[in-house]
Amino acid sequence: MEPSIYRFIIRYSLRQQIALTLLSFASFVPYYYYLLMPKLIVNQGISHKNVEFPYTILGFELSPEAFLVLLCIGFLALVIVQQGFKYSINVYQGISGERMLRRLRYELYGRVLRFPLPTFRKMSQGEIIPMIVAETESLGGFIAESFALPLFQGGMFLVSLGFLFAQNWGIALAALALYPAQLYLIPKMQRKVNQLGKERVRTARRLADRIGESIQGVQEIHANHAAKRFLADFSARLGDIYWIRYEIFQRKFVIKFLNNFLQQAGPFTFYLIGGYLAIKNQLDVGTVVAAVAAHKEMGAPLKELLNHYQQREDARIKYEQVVSQFAPPGTRPPEYQLTEPEEVPSLRGDVNIAGLTYVDDNDTVILDSLSLTLPGGSRVAVLGSGPGREELMLLLARLIEPDKGRISIGGTDIGPLPEAVTGTRIGFVGAAPYVFNASLERNLLFGLRHRPVAEAAYEGEAAKRWQVRLRESVASGNSTDDPEADWTDYAQAGVEHNDALSVEALRVLRLIGLYEDVYQFGLRGSIDPKADPDLAEAILRARAALREKLMQPGIAQLVEGWDRARYNRNATFAENLLFGLPVGDGFDVERLAEHPYVLQVLEKVGLTQRFLEAGRQVAATMVELFADLPPDHEFFQQFSFISSDDLPEFQQLLQRVPRDRLSEASPADRMRLMSLPFKLIPTRHRIFQIEPELEARLIEAREVFARDLPPELAKGIAFFDPDRYLPGANLLDNILFGKVVYGQAQAAEQIAQLVGELLAQLELRDTVARVGFGFECGIAGGRLSAAQRQRLGLARALLKRPDILLLSDAFSALDAGGLAQTLDAILAEFKDGTVIATLPRASLARRFDRVLTFEGGRLVEQGKVAELDREGSHFHRLLAHE
Amino acid sequence: MSLNEEVDLLRRVPLFAKLEPSKLKLLAFTSERLTFQPGQALIRQGDMGDAAYVIMDGQADVQVETPQGPLTVAHLKRNDFVGEMAILCDVPRTATVIATEQLVTLRIAKELFFRLVTEFPQMAVEIMRVLAQRVEKTTADLRDANNKVRELEGKLQGKD
Repeated sequence: MEPSIYRFIIRYSLRQQIALTLLSFASFVPYYYYLLMPKLIVNQGISHKNVEFPYTILGFELSPEAFLVLLCIGFLALVIVQQGFKYSINVYQGISGERMLRRLRYELYGRVLRFPLPTFRKMSQGEIIPMIVAETESLGGFIAESFALPLFQGGMFLVSLGFLFAQNWGIALAALALYPAQLYLIPKMQRKVNQLGKERVRTARRLADRIGESIQGVQEIHANHAAKRFLADFSARLGDIYWIRYEIFQRKFVIKFLNNFLQQAGPFTFYLIGGYLAIKNQLDVGTVVAAVAAHKEMGAPLKELLNHYQQREDARIKYEQVVSQFAPPGTRPPEYQLTEPEEVPSLRGDVNIAGLTYVDDNDTVILDSLSLTLPGGSRVAVLGSGPGREELMLLLARLIEPDKGRISIGGTDIGPLPEAVTGTRIGFVGAAPYVFNASLERNLLFGLRHRPVAEAAYEGEAAKRWQVRLRESVASGNSTDDPEADWTDYAQAGVEHNDALSVEALRVLRLIGLYEDVYQFGLRGSIDPKADPDLAEAILRARAALREKLMQPGIAQLVEGWDRARYNRNATFAENLLFGLPVGDGFDVERLAEHPYVLQVLEKVGLTQRFLEAGRQVAATMVELFADLPPDHEFFQQFSFISSDDLPEFQQLLQRVPRDRLSEASPADRMRLMSLPFKLIPTRHRIFQIEPELEARLIEAREVFARDLPPELAKGIAFFDPDRYLPGANLLDNILFGKVVYGQAQAAEQIAQLVGELLAQLELRDTVARVGFGFECGIAGGRLSAAQRQRLGLARALLKRPDILLLSDAFSALDAGGLAQTLDAILAEFKDGTVIATLPRASLARRFDRVLTFEGGRLVEQGKVAELDREGSHFHRLLAHE
Repeated sequence: MSLNEEVDLLRRVPLFAKLEPSKLKLLAFTSERLTFQPGQALIRQGDMGDAAYVIMDGQADVQVETPQGPLTVAHLKRNDFVGEMAILCDVPRTATVIATEQLVTLRIAKELFFRLVTEFPQMAVEIMRVLAQRVEKTTADLRDANNKVRELEGKLQGKD
């Protein structure tokens, strides 16, 4: 990157800067006349000095009034031309500034991606993010005006000054008299303000860092009762910022005061001297007016110039700071990541390590002149204790670089290879594979998406828009690849198209032990029946098949299906009443008691009173059960219909509204009570018995609800219909088309098994699992367990079919049984390639051909497992230690 | 079945007899009422325990695995409490419990059980009493078994 900001500007925006400069110069001509105009108007237009009327212009004869109008229109036209120039300069400046900012941010982000990994141990997210996002912002603004502003504003200043001298040099000198004071004092004060500003940025960066740390360490804060200390610390930091800002604005306002005062001192001299001369008839009034106007015009450019001078210092330092921060030693050149060789060489064959030395950032020697050869296609277990093993794996994956020595695979030195080779031919899985906040599929195919293989198809407007965006990317030196294109390298996975890839992905998931989980995600996932009518159709077939199965005695009572004519005792009142699911925002299940239509329906069938009674009963039970529990008791969240915050209010409400006077309750109280029963499932909550009479009335309410539903509300609900896919419900609920009954032991398990068998018979399990591909993994894969994340990492590596597979502690989250099973599956799958794995237990090494044992960063032993599995070997000692 | 009826049933279980009615109601409300069909297992030997059960109605057998197959060691009936051992000391289930007829239980999850024990000392004392009785019985059984073994050994030696 260019070492100074001016070089950066000249290198990437010279053309724009020249254009801006020319524009600025061109604008000075109308500007001069714009300054002259007031004099003409006063002297000729109003005072009629040196003019004879009728005044002839282009053959027209003008009266004095018309002449004045003409002059004023001329003035207005000059204002428009002048402002037009200003407008285009500003817009063009804005564009070039934004482009440069975009280029700078892109360059910085690109650098972050090329940092050597150990850098991230010293540099935190909290530091890097604000630098790229916030701090470059002001640089963009500065870059835009770096040349044009001093030229433009300086020119304006000189034109104004020249104008003054042309009018009367005495007045001009008087106007200039005060500038030296302004030029001396204000920059000095401004400098201090800028320093404070920098201090503020640094403090804010640390503040951001602190917030980030608190979020990541929030568990420790709770567990150690450290919140108070963190609050105190945060308060102190906020205090620092407060005092810095306090000092900043104090100084700023003093500067403003001085500036304004000195600026107003100008007119003072004009009125005094100019006025005196005008009285003495040595100067005309028009000149005085024009001088005052010109001086006023001079104020703004001067202020801008001073400002610019300060900003320049600031930007220069900031740019140099950022650039030096973003160039840690060992940063790789961009070609490492961006070149795509015509043909990706294979990394099969012997792994040859020669004189490999690695020293960490504390200058501790982790690996010292390690030399060894591992035959291609062999399975190598790396065992032992202490450092060295993890680093060896990272070195083999070329994720870190050795201080000395080299590694070659199949005769190719991996050191200078671009990532297009190492990132596709080497499979690396660490202890905590990172799962991105995206769908499971995106995460699974992460190792196949390197470059766009097929452009996204845009039509009409979209195509034009993409072209415009593309041109702008080029202008800022950004990436021209389209993130919407198809990036999946099917060939790498050994398939031809997307369908085959999903079959392959399912095979790998099965192998790695993640299939069942993904199938479960699929069952709990939902689809859009319009977008995928075939699947919706298939799910309806499964629903019909299940219904038939459920005829059998023994399992018949496990599901209570939806039946328009019958009350579903395992569903909530809300579900029973709506007999469907809300779609969109027409009905909010949490706030049905506030919905006028719902209330209207209840009123129509005469259920309002009963609902109020039920609500009161629920409230009374909740108060009885939970009143003497502490407010933060977990039961509130798990079981209560009323939150601990609202409980006292309900307690009062119960006293205020006795049972027999429910009808007299205030509308607010009524609504509160009515809101409670909607979530009630009588068989589960057992708060009160629901009598057949009430069931019948609720069925009636259901009918009335559907019959009288106004068309505008009809869109807001999808009714339960045995022949229609139910949007909004997940696949499992669509298949069940009812509720699993409460209180039957293992009902859910039995049903799950039944559904599983049924889907297997209908050959729908893979289809369901594919729906599971859409599962959103959450931030850092937070919605997956540690074991699932690890399996996902393994599946990701297998799917990309590397020549050499490196497993660095890649099983730490799996239990012993799962580990052995997964390891066997991987070794069986990876018959031809080289596998190198660090293992938690020595006995697992018996599955491998060769073993390397480490102790304290030193390679103690290497050889074939069969040869080393004997008394006296280090390997044997490790086995014995288990 | 309403909460109040369940409270009445719970009161007859010795372990909960001394709890206040409002606490019993909370216990009933926060527990799950589960029905098992004949032959279904509440608890399987070797599994990790996540709940204890109060038998509200019906009967069940307690079986342990032996090399000769399952051996029934006890019968459970109404008002019995089972499964607390594995959740108290975090060990795998020591026996299998199978419903012999339709069995209605109240399933008390581990966390809930712990909460009750810590919050209501009467319950802790009651559990200690029940466990102590069980230890006493086991010791007596062991003594009998030892005697039998000795007797058999004596017979065998007599034959030699």
